[in-house]
Amino acid sequence: MLDQALKTKVEGHARLNLDEAWQVYAQADFHWLGLQAHQVRLEKHPEPVVTYVIDRNINYSNICVCGCRFCAFFRPPDHPEGYLLSQPDLAAKIDETLALGGTQILMQGGHHPGLPLGYYEDLLRFIKRHAAIHVHAFSPPEIVHFSKLNRLSVGEVIARLKQAGLDSIPGGGAEILVDEVRRKVSPNKCGSDEWLAVMEEAHHQGLRTTATMMFGHQEEPIHRLEHLFKLRDLQDRTGGFTAFIPWSFQPGHTAIQREPEGAVAYLRLLAVSRLVLDNFDNLQASWVTMGPKIAQMALFFGANDFGSTMIEENVVAAAGVRFRLSLDEMYRLIEAAGFRPRQRTMDYRRVSGKASYTG
Amino acid sequence: MFEPKWYQSLGLEDIAAKVRDGVRLSLEDGERLYRCPSPLAVGALAHQVRTRCHGNRTFYVLNRHINYSNICVNGCLFCAFSREAGAPGAFQLSLEDILGKLTEPEAAAITEVHIVGGCHPDLPLAYFETMLREIRRIRPHLVIKAFTAVEIQHFADREKTSVGAVLARLQAAGLELLPGGGAEVFSPRVRRLLCPNKLSGAGWLAVAREAHRMGIRSNATMLYGHLESHRERLEHLDALRCLQDETGGFLCFIPLPFQPDHTLIENARATTGVDDLKTIAVSRLMLDNIPHIKAYWVMLTVKVAQTALHFGADDLDGTVIEEKIGHMAGAESDQALTRSQLERLIRDAGFEPVERDSYFQPVARPDQTEAAPARHHPCP
Repeated sequence: MLDQALKTKVEGHARLNLDEAWQVYAQADFHWLGLQAHQVRLEKHPEPVVTYVIDRNINYSNICVCGCRFCAFFRPPDHPEGYLLSQPDLAAKIDETLALGGTQILMQGGHHPGLPLGYYEDLLRFIKRHAAIHVHAFSPPEIVHFSKLNRLSVGEVIARLKQAGLDSIPGGGAEILVDEVRRKVSPNKCGSDEWLAVMEEAHHQGLRTTATMMFGHQEEPIHRLEHLFKLRDLQDRTGGFTAFIPWSFQPGHTAIQREPEGAVAYLRLLAVSRLVLDNFDNLQASWVTMGPKIAQMALFFGANDFGSTMIEENVVAAAGVRFRLSLDEMYRLIEAAGFRPRQRTMDYRRVSGKASYTG
Repeated sequence: MFEPKWYQSLGLEDIAAKVRDGVRLSLEDGERLYRCPSPLAVGALAHQVRTRCHGNRTFYVLNRHINYSNICVNGCLFCAFSREAGAPGAFQLSLEDILGKLTEPEAAAITEVHIVGGCHPDLPLAYFETMLREIRRIRPHLVIKAFTAVEIQHFADREKTSVGAVLARLQAAGLELLPGGGAEVFSPRVRRLLCPNKLSGAGWLAVAREAHRMGIRSNATMLYGHLESHRERLEHLDALRCLQDETGGFLCFIPLPFQPDHTLIENARATTGVDDLKTIAVSRLMLDNIPHIKAYWVMLTVKVAQTALHFGADDLDGTVIEEKIGHMAGAESDQALTRSQLERLIRDAGFEPVERDSYFQPVARPDQTEAAPARHHPCP
């Protein structure tokens, strides 16, 4: 049980240090923890509103030189199942997204060994010529990969991509921002400092970003909290993160054999994230990994956002987990939990009305 | 966790006080709990009761399901399992099939077999007596939990005899417990709409009463999330609570979320997580005299069932090898969990796993082989 002084501190929404957060995470009563996270959420968002975005995940290529052990999506170069999306295919996916009331595309891909930065600049210019749509693209590991492959600084890469049409950067590839863990699960991917440096540079150049955490693979529980504190420190400096999205590793078809973390572990981590990340406005529920029922419960454990309708999702699906969720169903879940659903953009501006998309 | 000011802010301080003092909740209290905007507050109250009853223990059982036939004369609208005789997909297992399922290696460690089927128009009671005797012969330590109240009444009608006579014959053949199925929602209004040909709620309760009188303990279920109101759910719980006051024969209550796929109910939607967890919690709080509340992972999904352990449930059911009824209606859970998966789910949620027998007594397995469970424990 937590000591009363710490309970009072949490109930007063005071900033927690790592040791305090650890005590809360390891020892707090499940119901109390959820309630405290929900109170923080209500203080930040007093309106009974849950937001969501309509977008699709476009993976321009699955060809990747990283070979991360938790990934079921990638194919090594020269593998017969490797692909690179053509511009007409991309255009068709964008048209479909807009027709369904979508406001953005989330575009990410593997670390392709043979494509120069100019390829991605052309891709962005093509998208922007084709449609007025928000492009949320290229996670920090991809930016670091572009920087190394093209012998350019991270700052130059971001500036050139921004010039070509990049609107914001997704928080993927963070996994666990502790190098001891990264060496085990993703040894060829950018380190934690590099990930954070990309985000800091992006924020300085005026690009907003999100932050994620993939937990439940080969990290220790304390590493999850260290991850949160690194994000909080950077957010103190830049204020550039719009949202935090934790989700649990799905082991199907990957090189890491273990049982996935369950719903209770997810809800505890979500709640402690809400308590630690006092400078993040938004926390997203992950229906893609947790399913619609637990995502709905996440709205009482600190989440104020239902994430995306995900017209298309490939990476989690490659690990054998395919939850489906139409916009109508998302509305039903949010309303049955006592909230009003509202469509938003990447930077959490409201979009009026309900899209006609019914999935 | 008990925070009086939290319940005060929700206008539930009187209910929280009743729960603390062990005072029975009224149907109106139940309706207020359902209306409470915080599922966590309701869950925390139920957790208090669950902890009082069972401490940190969470139970599971190594079991197998056998559905002897899906041929059924009832034609309930919510059912994706039943078929008319001769229809495509209709099946009826032979005695060899049934015994084979109990001698296969994956059934070696089970302590319980759960047998239910449709209300078959032609099978005589002698068929079921033989089935139970043969199971008893090949697996003498296995607890046979078989035939819902609906099937028992159907057997009696078909044999033109009394429920008591049917139960006595089955008991002599090896029947130990009745599963809780077929209760659905007792409301006559709902039954007229969903299952007009099925045994009435009063009839279901009468069979359970007779079984308890004969020393046959049973479970009880509620199929929720179709056409019923919260009030009708609460009346269902109250009817069970009243019968339990009389007999003490119910071991466990199992709320079952309706699975809408492949059923005859149009535009039916699956229940939500909030409804599932509130229903578990309200059941724990209303049923102050039924010892156990089961989070049946087959219907709830594993994730919701694990979370339900913090909302009043103290049992996860079990390995459930070869479940058919929920899966034919689109249940998205896997087929069968292993013992280590069940134990891990329970530990990860912060509880102590206890393998139980059908009577909720701990099973000792020094050599990890089939244990002989203790039988016929007195009512609580």
